[in-house]
Amino acid sequence: MTKVGFLIEMKNGKVKPACLGVISAAHDNKTERVALLLEGGSAESVEILEAHGIQRVVQITSANGAIPWHAEQWAGAVVQAMEHFNIQTLMGLASAQGKNILSRVAARLGAPLVMDCTAVDLSDQTATKSQFSGKAAARFRTHGKYHLYGMRPNALDPVTMPGDAMLETFQAEIEETGITVLEVKKGASDLVDLTEADVIISGGRGMQNKDNFDILFKFAKQISAAVGASRVAVDAGWVSHTMQVGQTGKTVSPKVYIACGISGSVQHFAGMKTAGIIIAINLDPNAAIMHKCDYAVCADLFDVIPVLTRKLKEITA
Amino acid sequence: MRIYVCVKHVPDTAATIRIKADGHIDENITFIMNPYDENAVEEAVRLKKQTSDAEVIAISLGKESAEATLRSAMAMGADRGILIKSATDHDSLSTARSLCSAIQADGAPDVIFTGREAIDSEGFQTMFHLGAFLGFPAVSNAVAFELSGTSVKVTCEMEAGNLEHVQMDMPCVIGAGKDLNQPSYPKLPDILKARNKPITVLELSDLEMELPASRVEMVGIEPLKEERQPDNIEGTVDEIAGAMVKVLRDKAKVLDG
Ligand SMILES: Cc1cc2nc3c(=O)[nH]c(=O)nc-3n(C[C@H](O)[C@H](O)[C@H](O)COP(=O)(O)OP(=O)(O)OC[C@H]3O[C@@H](n4cnc5c(N)ncnc54)[C@H](O)[C@@H]3O)c2cc1C
Ligand SMILES: Nc1ncnc2c1ncn2[C@@H]1O[C@H](COP(=O)(O)O)[C@@H](O)[C@H]1O
Repeated sequence: MTKVGFLIEMKNGKVKPACLGVISAAHDNKTERVALLLEGGSAESVEILEAHGIQRVVQITSANGAIPWHAEQWAGAVVQAMEHFNIQTLMGLASAQGKNILSRVAARLGAPLVMDCTAVDLSDQTATKSQFSGKAAARFRTHGKYHLYGMRPNALDPVTMPGDAMLETFQAEIEETGITVLEVKKGASDLVDLTEADVIISGGRGMQNKDNFDILFKFAKQISAAVGASRVAVDAGWVSHTMQVGQTGKTVSPKVYIACGISGSVQHFAGMKTAGIIIAINLDPNAAIMHKCDYAVCADLFDVIPVLTRKLKEITA
Repeated sequence: MRIYVCVKHVPDTAATIRIKADGHIDENITFIMNPYDENAVEEAVRLKKQTSDAEVIAISLGKESAEATLRSAMAMGADRGILIKSATDHDSLSTARSLCSAIQADGAPDVIFTGREAIDSEGFQTMFHLGAFLGFPAVSNAVAFELSGTSVKVTCEMEAGNLEHVQMDMPCVIGAGKDLNQPSYPKLPDILKARNKPITVLELSDLEMELPASRVEMVGIEPLKEERQPDNIEGTVDEIAGAMVKVLRDKAKVLDG
């Protein structure tokens, strides 16, 4: 029986749905699936984890209870838990938090880590990931005692696998790290993270100004989508760089990507080409994106989006 | 103060990547300094200007052609360069191991800057391995940096607009994010001056180290297909919006729950 550890992330007290997808990479009867939690193991969290194939839930704490957010201390605690439970394969999300923790765990263990995988085959320890900003896909094999993989959020769909999970607590030693967390400034908590959103609506130069982005936010609010942007919109100062999608912004893989007033440059595509469905709204039928999408809407975004938002409101009402 | 900055020579973002039969890319394309490493160099030079008696050393592991990226770093203000010559590709672990050994052989660092990610291999981890090998604290995706006595204060971008402010002991490793600064374009005199700045060229065998046995091996690579057959959605605005609702509800199934 090989053991696979899953680094579970929480958002507003709930297990992030994207984490459940990661577990499905190890749904076979030769694996013991262990969830590692650093915050909030509520009964509800345990239930949802065991419904998706988790057999053991390990709540990692310290002598003083839950360990407050500190990437390096969390990583140290994860390493101690891996050693204690003899876990040599660890999977997590290639989210902002996952990138931070998994890379630190890899560094502490001197372990091979493939980050931002779109597929993993645990039977031969290989993982597929993008290279050259999404222009190629490569398969990698990890060699060594440990094997670490960070999955691109939404690359794997959650699959149910009901069972009962054993719940236990592991008390880690907190170490000196040379890093003091002074403050964590939270953005709006109802903000959906770009890299984990099911639906993203993005605006480009066609948005014309900052205020016009409101129509995208209104749409997003209606169906819990996230709002993204092209570099032109970011450079113009209309929206923050945290919203930029592309080569020098975020890489996203939503189920649906709606590009509004975006021409579809190579660099923008580098960040969203693995989206499930791409819908482009553009006045110019010859814009590059209109040939590289699934649904091309040749129209004025200012006409279409408000009507679309209204229709969605009617449905969800 | 000794400031090191790690720079990688990578294919231009706009270049077409062609994969040859031997599994390597056709390198007959333009190469540039990794974009995030420009932010790293900019911050290193900025830090140098704030302190007296500081030196910025740019370091790269790569082929002989990586000299061009070291020259770019020197045109941006780095004082000298170190090129660790290697004909093969390295994973993040062995890259960090090599950079660590070369830096240790060169001198005692106070701050090391890297980019948050190399845009060719997309490893997202070299800064942490480098920190671990050196025994220094490391952070990545830094969007603000300032010197604060014998320590540094760094702001890192986390998810959904969350920012984390940390204080770190020196020496330390900082992975630069895009918002850290606006890299300046070197002026012609700086470019000319950079031609005469010294570069130390090392072979891997000059470094007293063994590459880690744990590693990530590439076993295959292919171009990512970009084949989508667009359907046109046409009609009145109302019809278009209606058709889009159908796609969201029936095809993508993102409207329930
Ligand atoms: C090193 C490097 C890195 C880069 N990184 C990124 C990156 O990470 N992300 C990124 O996005 N770009 C990046 N770029 C920039 C990229 O090359 C393009 O310049 C940029 O993506 C173009 O943005 P855009 O599509 O919004 O603007 P444009 O190319 O100007 O397109 C605007 C589109 O809007 C349409 N339009 C206008 N009005 C309307 C309307 N009312 N309704 C509908 N359609 C309308 C127009 O027909 C046009 O097609 C990078 C470039 C470089 C060199
Ligand atoms: N071959 C290299 N030479 C110098 N620096 C490198 C090299 N590879 C990676 N780096 C540094 O490490 C950062 C992160 O790389 P990676 O972990 O591969 O995404 C880059 O932005 C560089 O600053």
